Amino acid sequence: MAIASEKPQIYEGTRIPSPVPTILQVPEELHGSEDLLQVNFGPNHPSTHGVLRLIVDLHGEEVAGLQAVVGYLHTGFEKNMEQKTWWKAITYPERIDYLSFQNNELVFVLAIEELLGLEVPEKATWMRMCLAELNRIHSHLVWLATAALELGAISMFWYCFRERDSILDLFEMVCGTRMHTRYFQAGGLAEDIPRGFFPEARKFVDWMPKAVDDYEALVDQNQIWLERTKGIGLLSADDAIALGQSGPVLRGSGVDWDLRKAEPYLAYDQVDFRVPVYENGDVWDRYKVHMDEMRESTRIIAQCVDRLEGMEGQPWIADDRKVVLPPREELHTSMESLIHHFKIVTEGYRVPEGEVYVAVESARGELGCYVVSDGGPKPWRVKFRAPSFVALEATATCMSDALVADLIAIVGSLDTVMGEVDR
Amino acid sequence: MYLRDAEGFNFLADVAASDYLGWGRPGVAGYIGDELGRDLNAPGSQGLAKLPNPKPKRFAMNYHLLAIPRGARVRVQVWLDEDEYVQSVVDVWPTADWHEREAWDLMGIRITGHPNLTRILMEDDWEGHPLRKDYPIGGEPVRFSGEE
Repeated sequence: MAIASEKPQIYEGTRIPSPVPTILQVPEELHGSEDLLQVNFGPNHPSTHGVLRLIVDLHGEEVAGLQAVVGYLHTGFEKNMEQKTWWKAITYPERIDYLSFQNNELVFVLAIEELLGLEVPEKATWMRMCLAELNRIHSHLVWLATAALELGAISMFWYCFRERDSILDLFEMVCGTRMHTRYFQAGGLAEDIPRGFFPEARKFVDWMPKAVDDYEALVDQNQIWLERTKGIGLLSADDAIALGQSGPVLRGSGVDWDLRKAEPYLAYDQVDFRVPVYENGDVWDRYKVHMDEMRESTRIIAQCVDRLEGMEGQPWIADDRKVVLPPREELHTSMESLIHHFKIVTEGYRVPEGEVYVAVESARGELGCYVVSDGGPKPWRVKFRAPSFVALEATATCMSDALVADLIAIVGSLDTVMGEVDR
Repeated sequence: MYLRDAEGFNFLADVAASDYLGWGRPGVAGYIGDELGRDLNAPGSQGLAKLPNPKPKRFAMNYHLLAIPRGARVRVQVWLDEDEYVQSVVDVWPTADWHEREAWDLMGIRITGHPNLTRILMEDDWEGHPLRKDYPIGGEPVRFSGEE
């Protein structure tokens, strides 16, 4: 089971609490101690990234026991999606993880396409990749901004949101909306890439690496930042795998695993990028993974823009009239197009019977989508494997031997979005 | 199932429970509807080209496993009826803890051997399991102010 046996382990053995892997039990010797104080951290606390409740047993400043309580943001997305036709349901996944919306949209669209057996034009594939990476940076920026803010670095927040805004401007230019873009359709993209996107994207690609350098200059030498992140919230590679961690948390623990490399979807096998891996499994390493990923994502975007510029005039959506809306201008002249349009909008397209599990690397890790179709116009069952949900399972393990002040740094470093945890 | 540990499937990606009540019945898509619920989108699966293949039992538990260095994926599917139990896998893959709690909470899958099987997303005193097909959607009765 040992995955990194040739490398030195971060700590001996396992720290996963037993018998319940997600609850840190108060040690036997502290039972009945008068110094034990139970504190409710959240559900409404500025650093819980939403509504997360941690029931913390404090012994002095040490965290003796911990239990995470989730569910305050449960909105029943999966149930709702069963009631919507396939193409209406695409709007839902974005709202599940509201920071990494396009990756969520992507995984659901990929699942539909896999069931339909639909070929996607090259241009759509590259544009999806471009937007997914922009979205990854967007999500990492919000993470960095808030995680640093919680540790007292307020200026980081303003800088990160400046770059975030230019990403949202790009989204607005392409999709018309800044968040929850709903730009991916089964079969390709909703619209052609607008003129003017490429120069703006290039400006961003030129600027972004400098911005990442700026962020690092702000905190890398900062004594407070170093002391609050280094050696805090340890998670070994074996424990990370056993707890199902993925994304930056897993890579910060020394496991070289990125679905973009391991199981390339879209065209990730055709772009050149590196997967950052750090070995110490602490908050600092997770922070470094995020920083490096922003740089790598910028490189991917540059390569996507290069390719996309040569695809001017190519189709952006598959030519399958049973699934894809006909071009707008045809509606005035072609009766057949009008019928297709009407059928798709009112009744929805039918997806062949089957079940499929598709996974992509979202900003937070393995984002999976399990879809069952009965052959009708609505999904029978949709289940999202939410990386944030799984990440919170590691709080108890990371929190052993932690002080109450570390708690905020650790929960922040696990990079959770409560919308996705509770769905 | 435990044998998977030896095969190198060390990463449990997901546990997805699904309810096949009413699968392939005419007029059914997702929701069956009863007096309580308002079926907002009635058309359902009417006009299915063909009936879907029958399923052996009402519920399915799908374990999506992944072998990390090798990159192989496998889906283990367990079928069970309403009064049947499935063995917990928490001691094999600790990450199953919350996944199984979710399966119990939202789908009402009965799991034995779980160390802490409580509701996770819904409130502790919630009645019913929302993701079941016979659970009404929009079934909350609306109360008007003049009404007693």
